[in-house]
Amino acid sequence: MYTLEHVSKTYSQSKRRVTALQDVSLTIPKGQLVAIQGPTGDGKSTLLQMLGALDRPSTGRIALGDAELSHLPDRKLAGIRAKEIGFVFQGFNLIPTLTALENVETALEPLGVPAEERRRRAAGALESVGLGDRGSHVPSELSGGQQQRVAIARALVKEPEVLLADEPTGNLDEQTRDDIMDLLEGLWRDRGLTLIVVTHDSAVAKRAERRLLIRNGAVTER
Amino acid sequence: MFFTYLRRELAGRRRQTAIIAIGMALAIALVMIVNSVSTGVRDAQASVLESVYGVGTDLTVSQSPTPPAEGEAGGPRFEFGAEAGTTTDGSTEISQSRLSAGFGSSTFDDDALASVEGLDGVAAASATLSLMNTTFNGELPDFQQSTQGTDQPPADGEQPAAPPQGGFDGAGGSAFDVDSFTVLGLDPASAAVGPLSAVELADGRGLEASDNGETIAVLDAGYATSAELAVGDTIDVGGTEFEIVGTVSSTSADAATAANVYIPLDLAQSISGEEGMVSSISVQAESADGIEALQAEIEEALPDATVSTQSDLAASVSGSLASASSLISNLGLWVSLAVLVAAFLIAILFTIQGVTRRTREFGTLKAIGWSNGRIVGQVTGESLVQGLIGGAGGLVLGLAGIWAVNLIAPTIGGSAGSEVVAGGAGGREMVMQAGGPGGGFGDAVQSAASSAEVVLQAPVTVGVIVIAIGLAIAGGLVAGAFGGWRAARLRPAEALRSVA
Repeated sequence: MYTLEHVSKTYSQSKRRVTALQDVSLTIPKGQLVAIQGPTGDGKSTLLQMLGALDRPSTGRIALGDAELSHLPDRKLAGIRAKEIGFVFQGFNLIPTLTALENVETALEPLGVPAEERRRRAAGALESVGLGDRGSHVPSELSGGQQQRVAIARALVKEPEVLLADEPTGNLDEQTRDDIMDLLEGLWRDRGLTLIVVTHDSAVAKRAERRLLIRNGAVTER
Repeated sequence: MFFTYLRRELAGRRRQTAIIAIGMALAIALVMIVNSVSTGVRDAQASVLESVYGVGTDLTVSQSPTPPAEGEAGGPRFEFGAEAGTTTDGSTEISQSRLSAGFGSSTFDDDALASVEGLDGVAAASATLSLMNTTFNGELPDFQQSTQGTDQPPADGEQPAAPPQGGFDGAGGSAFDVDSFTVLGLDPASAAVGPLSAVELADGRGLEASDNGETIAVLDAGYATSAELAVGDTIDVGGTEFEIVGTVSSTSADAATAANVYIPLDLAQSISGEEGMVSSISVQAESADGIEALQAEIEEALPDATVSTQSDLAASVSGSLASASSLISNLGLWVSLAVLVAAFLIAILFTIQGVTRRTREFGTLKAIGWSNGRIVGQVTGESLVQGLIGGAGGLVLGLAGIWAVNLIAPTIGGSAGSEVVAGGAGGREMVMQAGGPGGGFGDAVQSAASSAEVVLQAPVTVGVIVIAIGLAIAGGLVAGAFGGWRAARLRPAEALRSVA
């Protein structure tokens, strides 16, 4: 479960201070599917980075279960990201020189999983997203939808508690978008994940249990 | 995963890998070649020094030459009386051999040897006397024959006296040869220190303690060959016939020994008129650490003497060998350092550029839980392998370069010191010719071969290999450290935001 209390985030941008989040307080229960919507530049991705332990708030507190994400040192945050949080990005963010299977394996590397088990689990994850026969392909040999499936397999192979998706269908056509959302929804349902999706797309947002709107850094329920 | 990722990255970014590896390879090869040639030049210097001063000589004591006093001739003087020579068929042949201190050399009292031997820290010392034997041979017409009955001018109608007959051309001409070779007088009992310590026996035997006072000579093998002399023959040294009992050659295959002829010191002194005099003392110190202190002690005991250490002697090596040494130690060193720095900079810049290009990649890896240490290790590992590929290439290139140097085997000349006249295999030869009766001497032609010719061999030492591997590792680590530092500074959120 996520707990956010009076979270604010400000950046310095060429001598200007930009407030990306402004006094955000909310709770996201375990296993919830949440959609975060809002205009570009109003703080959606910043909120997702706070939830993903990629950044710390300027003020306020964020906790994931018992872990105080706003105060833990970098090394501990890296450990939490490695074990409990999976990421899916709009641009897929696969390592271009590694095969699909090896890309999925990278998520198990920081957990110290032995090589053989790593390969077995990565192959299983690719199978679960329908790409069991594409393990030896490098990203440039895969379509956008297939690359996003590999990214989803990479996010889920470590069996995280939370899956954070930043515009996961932003670069995909409608049919592929629906396929990917079906896949994510199915995994969320099957695995009891907490799934938080940042999206511009109302069709995607409508599939969520809960919809949050972020405008000028402030979060409201829709 | 580490090696898989590393392999894929290097294979996937071949151009960057190739540029870094080629830069490192060129730099490493250059450093290897310069280092190897530098070792070769040092060995060559040591060869020249050993051939002149002997193995194990730490210090040499000599005296700076003084200019000849007024009226004193610089070189040997040959005097022939009216009845000198043997006359046959209208030609008179004259010959005289003189043994004297070599040009530019200076002698000093041999009491200095006892003074040196009496000092603390001296393990052994021996004195030598460097001499030059000059033989004057000539053929001239029998002037007695041509001047008989010419006290009175010829009477009217009487034919003038006939021009001289005979001589080297049968028409009254004269010809003179001046041959010279270097002679070193030394104490046969103390051959362990000094020039004879750097020779090996080629034939016969060497000088022995019991040879003092004996007219026995040992020849440089090269000189013996060129002078067509062998063990069992005799050689005229200063008018005294010496029996050749052995020939010696330098332990360094490329250099000649210190002199053409070696004879016992006492005879060298008496024949040359340098009674009780020596020209150089070779000193072996008890320990390498005490050389400088011993040098100071000797200088104090013998204020007029010049005391030189091996490094002083190395500085006295002149000729193209000195030029090569200077070139290697100055230009070669700086060029190889400049190329090395350039290669390191290229590796660093490309690594940092690579990290910048992979900002999103590293941001993603950090997002999925990779620690800074793991990412820095990955970047450093990639740089290290690039360095090692460059090192392997550099090693091959460097060895090929060294092989090429050895194949070309450049010959460089070097001569050592002005205190001792070092004799090459050919010795010193002077030829003078005079034409016609009463004619003046023509231009003197002098050819001196007093320098040692050394073939430069660039050795492949363990040190050269270690340098190549060490530089490859250092280059990889330095570039990796910079790249890793850059990667570690990337905050995952900023890394992802910057490419969003």
